[in-house]
Amino acid sequence: MGLSLDASIVLAALAPFLAALLTPLVHRLAGAYSGWILALVPAGIFAVLLGAAGPVISGETIAAAIGWVPSYGLTLAFFVDGLSLIFALTIAGIGTLIVLYSGAYLRGHKHKGRFLAYMLAFMGSMLGLVLADNMLALFMFWEATSITSFLLIGFDHNRQAARRGAIQALVITNIGGMCLLVGVIIAQHLSGTWLLSELRGLEGVLKDSAFYGLVLALFIGAAFTKSAQFPLHFWLPNAMEAPTPVSAFLHSATMVQAGVYLLARMTPVLGGTSVWTAVLVAFGGVTLIWGALGALKETDLKQILAQTTIASLGLLVMLIGLGSEAAIAAMLVYFVAHACYKAGLFMVAGAVDHEAGTRDITALGGLADKMPVTFIGAALAALSMIGLPLTVGYFAKEEMYLALVGGDWLMLVALAVLVIGNALLAGVALVIMIRPFLGDALPTPKSAHEAPVAMLAGPILLGGVGVVAGILPDWLGHDVLAPGATAILGHAVEPHLKLALDLASPLIWLSALTWLLGIVVFRQAHAIRAVLRRLSVGLGWNADTVFDAVMFGLIRFAATVTRLLHHGKLEFYLVLVFVSLAVALFWPMLALGGLNWIVPTAELGDWSKRLVPPDLRPYEWGVVLLAVLGLVAVLIAQSRLIAILSLGIQGTALALIFLLFGAPDLAFTQLMVEVLSVVILTIVMTNLRLDARDHRPFEDWARDGTLAVVCGAGVSLLLMLVLNGPLDTRLSDFFTATSVPIAHGANIVNVILVDYRGFDTLGEISVVMGAGIAILALLRRRKKTEATGL
Amino acid sequence: MNTIIFRTAAPLIVATMLVFSVYVCLRGHNEPGGGFIGGLIAAASIAVFGMASGVPAVRRALKVDPLAIAGFGVLLAGFSGLLSLFIEAPFMTSIWLYLDLGETVVPLSTPMFFDIGVYFVVFGTLSAIALALESDEEEDL
Repeated sequence: MGLSLDASIVLAALAPFLAALLTPLVHRLAGAYSGWILALVPAGIFAVLLGAAGPVISGETIAAAIGWVPSYGLTLAFFVDGLSLIFALTIAGIGTLIVLYSGAYLRGHKHKGRFLAYMLAFMGSMLGLVLADNMLALFMFWEATSITSFLLIGFDHNRQAARRGAIQALVITNIGGMCLLVGVIIAQHLSGTWLLSELRGLEGVLKDSAFYGLVLALFIGAAFTKSAQFPLHFWLPNAMEAPTPVSAFLHSATMVQAGVYLLARMTPVLGGTSVWTAVLVAFGGVTLIWGALGALKETDLKQILAQTTIASLGLLVMLIGLGSEAAIAAMLVYFVAHACYKAGLFMVAGAVDHEAGTRDITALGGLADKMPVTFIGAALAALSMIGLPLTVGYFAKEEMYLALVGGDWLMLVALAVLVIGNALLAGVALVIMIRPFLGDALPTPKSAHEAPVAMLAGPILLGGVGVVAGILPDWLGHDVLAPGATAILGHAVEPHLKLALDLASPLIWLSALTWLLGIVVFRQAHAIRAVLRRLSVGLGWNADTVFDAVMFGLIRFAATVTRLLHHGKLEFYLVLVFVSLAVALFWPMLALGGLNWIVPTAELGDWSKRLVPPDLRPYEWGVVLLAVLGLVAVLIAQSRLIAILSLGIQGTALALIFLLFGAPDLAFTQLMVEVLSVVILTIVMTNLRLDARDHRPFEDWARDGTLAVVCGAGVSLLLMLVLNGPLDTRLSDFFTATSVPIAHGANIVNVILVDYRGFDTLGEISVVMGAGIAILALLRRRKKTEATGL
Repeated sequence: MNTIIFRTAAPLIVATMLVFSVYVCLRGHNEPGGGFIGGLIAAASIAVFGMASGVPAVRRALKVDPLAIAGFGVLLAGFSGLLSLFIEAPFMTSIWLYLDLGETVVPLSTPMFFDIGVYFVVFGTLSAIALALESDEEEDL
């Protein structure tokens, strides 16, 4: 059993990607039923993970790995402990319902296949993230969730708002991704391991190091951006531009919970310090209240839910920050409760939108008669959100109060924040449950009727899970909470959930206070909304506008830099190139003393007497003369065409010199290059319709002439210098000796190009082709502008 | 430039140059030559052809877009390197196969295919540029 189970874990993490590849095909074949078929993938993963639950509950950790980059000792390692199991089961379970729901929600949409493929790829990234053991794999999947969520949020890419939401989410979460990468690398350097399962055992290695602050800041940066903590929360409501199934999945159990998962995972090695507690509790608390108030400000169902998600994320971060046994237990129960009720509520919102045509709670009412099943789903979820007994939300609330009761005054402040936050959320839950469904029926854009089965399965099942888990606290405590908390805290945790109303304990009174306040909030929801709206208008700006300003500034900065460097004046580009060449040639010679090698020294005496003409045969002199003549002709030529041709003569003479002195390869290439440059220069000249003659003002003439002389002298001096030094023949000896025996070729030049340094050549030919494409693009643009007369 | 002599002689010159370019490319491993030079010769022949017969005629004769030839070259060169993965050797380790045809032995090798890839890249890219420059304004590139 052991080995096969291990392999199945790897398969579970990678299967969604395979399924995503096949999705377009499945969709083409199955059409309207593709949602039902594809939902089998996450359902199968859920079953496999359930199979792993037994060993994990009894305290085992299941691990599996496949080779990745063996030469660096990197493996694509996965492991399942209590924490990853809770997250993975939630992802796969809700994923099944979401895929099913998407199939019905996007019925008839022409890009439904694409959507389902994105969805599965996203789910695979998320599963990989929570199952990854290797920290680099964690980072890779982390980034994969950013990219796939970008595709999902921007799915409706014809709308500007959807594109903006997608880009915003990508930018913000990628900042966190970079933080995570650096953090992971530092953590590996400090601990010497890439594996989270090994890192867990090295408790002090990060906490006691001098880099603790930096590592902590990086991991918190990653988690806060992903999990939308204040003040980086603003991307989450804008991501609501996505189709509703996306919101239901991303903002209940997956994307935004990645940060929570990371914090929980790093608790043993980073947590427990005063900085950790202070930062997480403070930011989490502010986020909780901010999100809950934000929810009350909105009237769009999806926006309300998005804001409550921010609040819940704040709550989870706060609980992780507190870090006590009860707080961690509360965090886990709350995570499960939240994932179930939030996914259910989003699906309800989608169903209402789909069937009634609007999501505005002020325009909805009395839908319970027309959509009774949807209403039941909404009610089950909302009751869990309020935290009534018999739902899993009740235990979440009890646990978190238990974690704080009886602490010092700081704990009491945190407790007050929790009670207020929960009360606000309870009020919002009542608004969501009652406003659209009860009261007088209002006319809606579409005549509302019940949604299809595939869209109802999610809310009803998730609501049911919320209640069943609430009725069976022993199961919840023993099978969910204890393994998870043990994995986070590193020591065995005993479950203590009981379904008993103990009137003597303060917890029940705190819960009652929460409910009471929740009802007040619900009654006053209208007034609160009015006040909050006035406040936000009065403030005038928010994180969203700041983001826009920063992005706009970035674009303007880029434009300025581009204008500075890329001014479009070819003449100045060339001057810059040749000035750089001259500096590169002369700086080593003058500043580093290279010139001293060839300057005549005193011992040499009268060096002019030693000058002898080179020993050349007459025809060799003839070739040299040809080269000089070509050069002179270039300089004195009256017309451009003659200058180009003379340049060709000079180059051909050079090729002949190469040929005479034993470099036939070089000569060959030089000759072909000369031919082609003459042809291309001529065509360019005629195409650009340049004047036949080259007139330039004196200052241009002087500048160009000086540059030419300086660069020419530089190259000549450099060549003299090189020839003056001792020739190191180790490389050429190696090539001469090995070219035939190991590379099977007698032409060393060619063998070097295609074999010894073939990888360089591969890069070079790619550059050649890239340059060709760029040249064609330039030519095409010029012709287009000519054609339009611009 | 469009004299009748040039136009009559051009196809002959082009054909000779093309054959010669292949010869130069293939002999490159042991004698002066190679894919780069061969590609240059072939591109020069295309430029000559374009001048003599006009760009549309050349494009018709080539059948495929010259840039596609260049892309094929990069692909061929890259794949020739990938072949070594099948013998569990690092990327671009050369593999040699001596085909014994009775009278003569033909050596086939991955560097040869690599060199042919280089030939196509140089040939395709430079031909594309030359043809784009030679073509008239009205012609769509």
